[in-house]
Amino acid sequence: MSIAPEIRYRFMKDIGAPLVMGMAGLKGKRKAAIKRDIPLGPPLKCSKRLKEIMTRHYFLSRYAEGARPVAWVTSGAPVELLRAFDFYTVYPENHGALCGAQKLGPELCSIAEGHGYNQDLCSYARIDIGVCLSGKTPVGRLPRPDILFASNNICQTVMYWYRVLAHHWKIPLMVFDTPFNFVSLDRSAITYMVRQFEEMIPELERISGRKFSEKKFKEVLRLGKSSAMAWGEVLATMKTVPSPMTIFDAFVHLAPIVSLRGLPVTLEYYNVLLSELKDRVSKGIGAIVNERKRLMWDNIAIWYKIRDFSRLFAERGMNFVTATYTNAWAETISYMDERNPMESLAKAYSLVILNNNLDHRLKLMERLIKEYQVDGLVIHSARSCKPYSVGQYDLKRLLMERLAVPSVVIEADITDFRAYSEEQTTTRLEAFFENIEDGG
Amino acid sequence: MKGWVIGIDVGSLTTDAVIMDEDKRVLSFSIVDTGYNSTDAAREAMTVAAGRAGLELEDVSRLVATGYGRAAVPEANKRVTEIACHAAGAVYLFPDTEMVIDIGGQDSKVIKVGKDGRVQDFVMNDKCAAGTGRFLEVMSAKLKIPLDGMGDISISARGEAAISSVCTVFAESEVVSLVARNCPKEEIVKGIHRSVVNRVWAMTRQLRVSGGVTMTGGVAKNRGVVALMEERVGRRINVPDEPQIVGALGAALFALREK
Repeated sequence: MSIAPEIRYRFMKDIGAPLVMGMAGLKGKRKAAIKRDIPLGPPLKCSKRLKEIMTRHYFLSRYAEGARPVAWVTSGAPVELLRAFDFYTVYPENHGALCGAQKLGPELCSIAEGHGYNQDLCSYARIDIGVCLSGKTPVGRLPRPDILFASNNICQTVMYWYRVLAHHWKIPLMVFDTPFNFVSLDRSAITYMVRQFEEMIPELERISGRKFSEKKFKEVLRLGKSSAMAWGEVLATMKTVPSPMTIFDAFVHLAPIVSLRGLPVTLEYYNVLLSELKDRVSKGIGAIVNERKRLMWDNIAIWYKIRDFSRLFAERGMNFVTATYTNAWAETISYMDERNPMESLAKAYSLVILNNNLDHRLKLMERLIKEYQVDGLVIHSARSCKPYSVGQYDLKRLLMERLAVPSVVIEADITDFRAYSEEQTTTRLEAFFENIEDGG
Repeated sequence: MKGWVIGIDVGSLTTDAVIMDEDKRVLSFSIVDTGYNSTDAAREAMTVAAGRAGLELEDVSRLVATGYGRAAVPEANKRVTEIACHAAGAVYLFPDTEMVIDIGGQDSKVIKVGKDGRVQDFVMNDKCAAGTGRFLEVMSAKLKIPLDGMGDISISARGEAAISSVCTVFAESEVVSLVARNCPKEEIVKGIHRSVVNRVWAMTRQLRVSGGVTMTGGVAKNRGVVALMEERVGRRINVPDEPQIVGALGAALFALREK
């Protein structure tokens, strides 16, 4: 690494970023003063801090190039290993969600489509490829990666998508291959995964130019695990009636555990959020004004509809209190154990919801429905995410049979709203509302 | 006369109104084209129905609207989804109904109904006109066979052409090439009906068939589609005399319930 980028990065980190964050905070304040939603409870005070953290993360990323080794990482990859080498990590999926929330999905997707990528391809992948090809992004600029780090524990698409990136950037792609968990994880599967980590270390040393420090790695694991547990506690506050937070809040507050996992700032942030939520619980403050029905969400968020949906449901006194999606980052990361780092890391990442069997998912949903006192289930069949959407009709039927929970399937996409039909979705949701109200 | 209600169903193709008295007797009904302006269509349907029953529209005691254009009826006392309305209407006509298959102009849906007439679950087609009335309409135009004549033609078919159930536009070009190959018309029509039934059957299967099955929506008038559907579900299907007005009928029942 040369000196100039290093100095520039340090300067931006210590002086530039705090300045930008201050400005982001001001903008937030102005907005909050103009718009107060009536069916919604008071907004979370923490949101300002979250915005600062994420703005800083993307702002600094553009100065990381040359100053620190940079990696682009899939949401389910064992990033803890990279943190031990001080990689600056960018999460294309998180960036895709951000573009989706800003309603940029179709615009960025169509750039990739113009280069021959099919509309049936995941829209996170299309956005990311579109961003690489055009340089367009709402965050200013994404840093050029030195390495791509992907795991197929969330889908097979990432293999092809990251291969395209590797070809585009002419850089190495490192893959963590996780055997699918059909019944239970056997010894050979664990050994297979641990051996991969062992092979990765010398490669990562070469690419980053830094020595692997076991001490640092263990510290990252400890931080990652504690943050995931804190996130789990954050979600658990939603068991309270009325719930102090909606799942739409959780979709947004999920960002640090996804893309800044294993860093001190994440743990610090979730502790602040947790204490705010506990305070709300003790005062009986709900996230929506009149919580009459409690709902569960399945699959990734529909990013461009978060604002509309949070209002639509709140107006009817319906609050989403749990989701399989937000739960995913609290479910298995806590398996990480610094006393047995490699093996525990393998377990934590191969047992994630999308790499696990449908029976596991059914039991998980049953548990969440009971623990969170759920009255109804909204199932998002996401055009982008096939592994998440497959089996949903069976799950829906089984949950109805076992727990008599009414549910509805809405067909949409995570970011590409060309695959979303307002009128059709409204009719389905209204029929669901009639059904759930009828049930008393 | 006092206490009569109107149920109105503003659909993509037609707007239907049903007038009902306090004793749940149907006094009259009307079916008009929705056209461009749903609000005008709704008013026309109501006026026609009221005229047939010899009533003055302003004397109506309650009005419930359903269908995609339900928001376009400003005078409605309540709006109910067509899912709940088709369920209520079907159970009113055939009390043994446990499953409703509604194939309308631009969507098709399958509804599972409880003994009390309440919706238990439903499935709808998504963002695609295959398996809907629109599919048949496009094909009838292509083959120059009137829509209401398609059922009878297909009944006489000895064979059957294979037509994809994935996309209306692609199926249309399949039909063009079948015509070019001199495939008998009735076999093409039967293949078209099969295509619709296959699509709807995929939804029906998800909810598992039980009890009485009732078909509603304009496509239920097509004998060919009903016959193929009966073959699929393995039982006789209830078909109302006026399958198009079942949504409006259900809306009228909701109007009485709320009175």
